[in-house]
Amino acid sequence: MTAARTPLYEEHVRLGAQMTNFGGWVMPLQYSTIREEHHAVREAVGLFDLSHMGELRIGDETLVQRVLSRDVTRLRPGRIQYAVLCNDAGGIIDDVLVYAMPDRGYLLVVNAGNQDGDFDWIRKHAQAADAARNVGREWALIGVQGPRAVDLVQRLTPSDLASVKYYAFVDGTVADVSCVISRTGYTGEDGFELFCGNADAVRLWRALLEEGRSDGIRPAGLGARDTLRLEAGMRLYGNDMDAQTNPLEAGLDWTLNLEKDFIGRDAIMTSRQRGLARQLVGFKMLDRSIPRHGYRIVSDGEGVGTVTSGNVSFTLGYNIGMAYVPPAMSEPGTRLGVDIRGAAAPAEVVPLPFYKRPHPK
Amino acid sequence: MPDLTGMRFAETHEWVKQDGETATVGISEYAQSQLGDVIYLELPAVGQQLDAGARLGVIESVKAASDLYSPVGGEVTEANAELKDHPEYVNQDPYGKGWIIKLRAVKDNPKLLDQKAYDAFVEGQSHS
Repeated sequence: MTAARTPLYEEHVRLGAQMTNFGGWVMPLQYSTIREEHHAVREAVGLFDLSHMGELRIGDETLVQRVLSRDVTRLRPGRIQYAVLCNDAGGIIDDVLVYAMPDRGYLLVVNAGNQDGDFDWIRKHAQAADAARNVGREWALIGVQGPRAVDLVQRLTPSDLASVKYYAFVDGTVADVSCVISRTGYTGEDGFELFCGNADAVRLWRALLEEGRSDGIRPAGLGARDTLRLEAGMRLYGNDMDAQTNPLEAGLDWTLNLEKDFIGRDAIMTSRQRGLARQLVGFKMLDRSIPRHGYRIVSDGEGVGTVTSGNVSFTLGYNIGMAYVPPAMSEPGTRLGVDIRGAAAPAEVVPLPFYKRPHPK
Repeated sequence: MPDLTGMRFAETHEWVKQDGETATVGISEYAQSQLGDVIYLELPAVGQQLDAGARLGVIESVKAASDLYSPVGGEVTEANAELKDHPEYVNQDPYGKGWIIKLRAVKDNPKLLDQKAYDAFVEGQSHS
């Protein structure tokens, strides 16, 4: 199968991006360097092509309630929640953002590589064949993230963005392009994610780059997206959790409404009663070595856990990671060893997130 | 443009330049561009003996950890201490201040490529 291209593919090539395959899509990995793009997002504003993300439209509220871990009946139109989609054993099929649309229907924004699987899973549990619609390939998604993002987007839209709170959205126009303006992101910074039709994506992308010049905007690729989300303690599906992980182990208790019925709930409750075998924690390296996905966590020479994500933290100036460890080793301050090429490199459990932006609104 | 005269390359993308008794080793422009942002290097101790083609250390970029191999045999006389605080020198100046180790009592490796042959090798790789 050849990798799919987003409507912004030609723009990335024109900007000299190094491209990579991700979730069945050919996406920009970096335009300049990951370090520069990372700092641009923390200090100014970065522009991301997120069109590989999947979007599913579901009209049937009962169906959404059945497949998602959150109680979406509590979600007011125009609001967004982070939730997980679980299998019968309580394993995580995907993590998603659920949007309560003004027409009382729902929009699920799902991981690129999972969109077809999610769609099949949801349809399997639907009463009507047309209960869910996969609109992912009709829509582009552009992320504008960083301390300058709100000001930049505000200059291009008549909508009052001060009234669009974190995890809320409005329909509007940006640079005269109709879009859904969503105050969400995957970087730990303030900003927006803009959904528009494929045909308008290039026009919106170019307008943001042009207007953002005075803000110090930079296009940013998946490389910086990964180092940014890690600092913000945000899990990456496929790295930090998968169908063999339950939300309690992944530290996503807060996404669960266990008083309502949903697929996987019973298994999650049983797992909670039995006690967890492992828990996701954040850790920082105490030397200069770099932890990586798949490295073992060791204690007295024994393997006791696994690193799920790890890298340099450009913002903090030391190396960080996430790992599954036994609950007894999950308290901040606990010393861990990370098996790096046969030697136990010293690390210490720290609270998540690693990074919090200085002045959250 | 850096002076690449007399520089020879391994198919594992290290370069070596011999100057009298001493050989200096680094990685090629192509290698640094493929690795992306270099963030850490694990380098051998001074005095260590390396054979041609032996693993000399590890280079880590944001993307991945990769092994480094010594293009020639010899004894390590110096590892670039600047790289500890400035690993990005490998990206910025791979043939200059981004050098990695120096060796002495060098045993030559006839399998090394000159710059022209290396460029052709890289060209072939990026189209395969």
